[in-house]
Amino acid sequence: MTHSEGDGGVSGPSLMFAATPLNTRNHRLQWLFRALFGLMTLILVVPVGIIFGVLLVRGGPAISFEFLFSYPSDGMTAGGIWPALVGTIWLVAVSLVASVPVGVAAAIYLSEYASDSWLTRGINLAIINLAGVPSIVHALFGVGAFVIFAGFGTSILAASLTLAVMTLPLVIVATRESLQAVPMAFREACWNMGATRWQTIRTVVLPNAISGILTGVILSVSRTAGETAPIMFTGAAFFFPFLPTSVFDQTMAMAMHLFVISTAVPGAPDELKYGTALTLITLVLLMNAGSIWFRSYLRGKKKW
Amino acid sequence: MLTKRVKPSAPMDFDHRGRDWYVDKAVTFLVFVGGISAIIFIIGIFVFITKEGVGFIAGPLNVREFLGSITWRPTSPQNPRYGVLGLIAGTASVTGLAMLVSVPFSLGAAIFIGEFATGRLRESLKVLVELLAAIPSVVWGFIGLSIMNPLIIDMFDVPVGIGVLNSGIILGLMAAPIMTTIAEDALKAVPDTYREAAEAMGATKWQVIFRVVLPAGRNGLVAAVLLGVGRAFGETMAVLMASGNAIQIPTSPFDSVRAITATIAAELGDAPVGSDHYRALFTLGILLFVVTFIINLTADFVVKGARRT
Repeated sequence: MTHSEGDGGVSGPSLMFAATPLNTRNHRLQWLFRALFGLMTLILVVPVGIIFGVLLVRGGPAISFEFLFSYPSDGMTAGGIWPALVGTIWLVAVSLVASVPVGVAAAIYLSEYASDSWLTRGINLAIINLAGVPSIVHALFGVGAFVIFAGFGTSILAASLTLAVMTLPLVIVATRESLQAVPMAFREACWNMGATRWQTIRTVVLPNAISGILTGVILSVSRTAGETAPIMFTGAAFFFPFLPTSVFDQTMAMAMHLFVISTAVPGAPDELKYGTALTLITLVLLMNAGSIWFRSYLRGKKKW
Repeated sequence: MLTKRVKPSAPMDFDHRGRDWYVDKAVTFLVFVGGISAIIFIIGIFVFITKEGVGFIAGPLNVREFLGSITWRPTSPQNPRYGVLGLIAGTASVTGLAMLVSVPFSLGAAIFIGEFATGRLRESLKVLVELLAAIPSVVWGFIGLSIMNPLIIDMFDVPVGIGVLNSGIILGLMAAPIMTTIAEDALKAVPDTYREAAEAMGATKWQVIFRVVLPAGRNGLVAAVLLGVGRAFGETMAVLMASGNAIQIPTSPFDSVRAITATIAAELGDAPVGSDHYRALFTLGILLFVVTFIINLTADFVVKGARRT
């Protein structure tokens, strides 16, 4: 008996940190869960790679200078995507003109003026809901409000305004975040010099937040360029082989064009469809990657 | 005349309402208008779709037929029928399958990114999830139509590859990034002191996650799933292109279905403005708007509830 006690005494300190069976089991479990969740993450992100790879392999050969810069021909079974590309640029540009000023104003109000009141809570709820409304409901709103009520007809203007309402929450949230990232001390210093609220915002807050706002704008551009449902009935044409000359024209658009040639044009060659899809996704992903890179670059550069 | 008394302009010159003062007031007003724009638009959306749809609700709408019949035949000249049960079944089956696919993976990915991954790995995973979210819905629809379709035909030996399974998987992939991002935010919102306290008691990482972090972040996770449901529910183009568009109550995952959103997108172009058909489509829009509104409000409420504790 004393013998065994002595044994325990001798080996005790070295055994103190040794793994008990329970410990080993726990660590195995931990490893197992780590692997499981890692695998789940992988399954989620791998499709991006696969999809882009397939599009690249099948659509890559179609992309050429001629494909990008010529008109569709033979009932959209041949030719290029030039009018759709130009149309998308029109739509994005006009919708930015509408959404950026309103969105930035809203963000300035929420970040610089609003107190925590029922109105602010209402605005936040409205932003969340506006972001969550299905795109086809935005389309219905566009038809009811811009095409019919405002009398714009199916035009770039109506389509762009519909898109602008849709991307407004994105602009507001991104701008508000970058405004709130400007330290309070900057504003206080400016107020102490006798500046008004607006002078402070214009000369101190906005210049310090402008790059963050730009990031949000780039994101909203990429979102706008890829949307189809909101423009289907408000201004994007099935086939309109001219370049638009004013905001009251109809236009083709990349996203709409992809939808049309992949569902409604029998005999459109696969190469053409993949090429269009590849061009669209490249545009969108490049802008996104750009804005992500820009954001991390700014984070690294930040002085405060 | 050495001391020329300057008469102070009444009462002293502190209140000089110069140009700056007026500019400041004008901007305050403009910015306020911008601030309430979100409220104006959300009310505007409701008002305008109701305005176009109210003629149907007040007129030909028969609630029992609307919600109880699967016969959707709005273009029939003699006997138009407006039963949306088949469309509701379509949306429900596709959304349900999408959630089945994406909820476990999204939450798993959120746990991995938020709790296990560190440094560079974590940052690059977050970027990849963000890029996944950026793929336009029409491109997803195209993928369903031209990549998933032959894949399903080959794998399961069925004649047609577009239907519930195809659009469910596509929608799952589309809803996953938003759920992952919000779920990860919810996990991040759990105070580190909770984790430290549990680790100090000798808990391993997964014990900390399962016993402490997940219960504490539960409400945020529920909100994440709700917003994912809202996303899948309201998705239009991908469902339109990958679900096959036959109005029926599906009995197998390979059946073709038609969602509510896809119905509007497919038929609005052919419905004459002001016709019953046109108004019925706007009524479907009201239905979509109300359901997503409720989902979003609930998600917000759940998160706020979490913050209070």
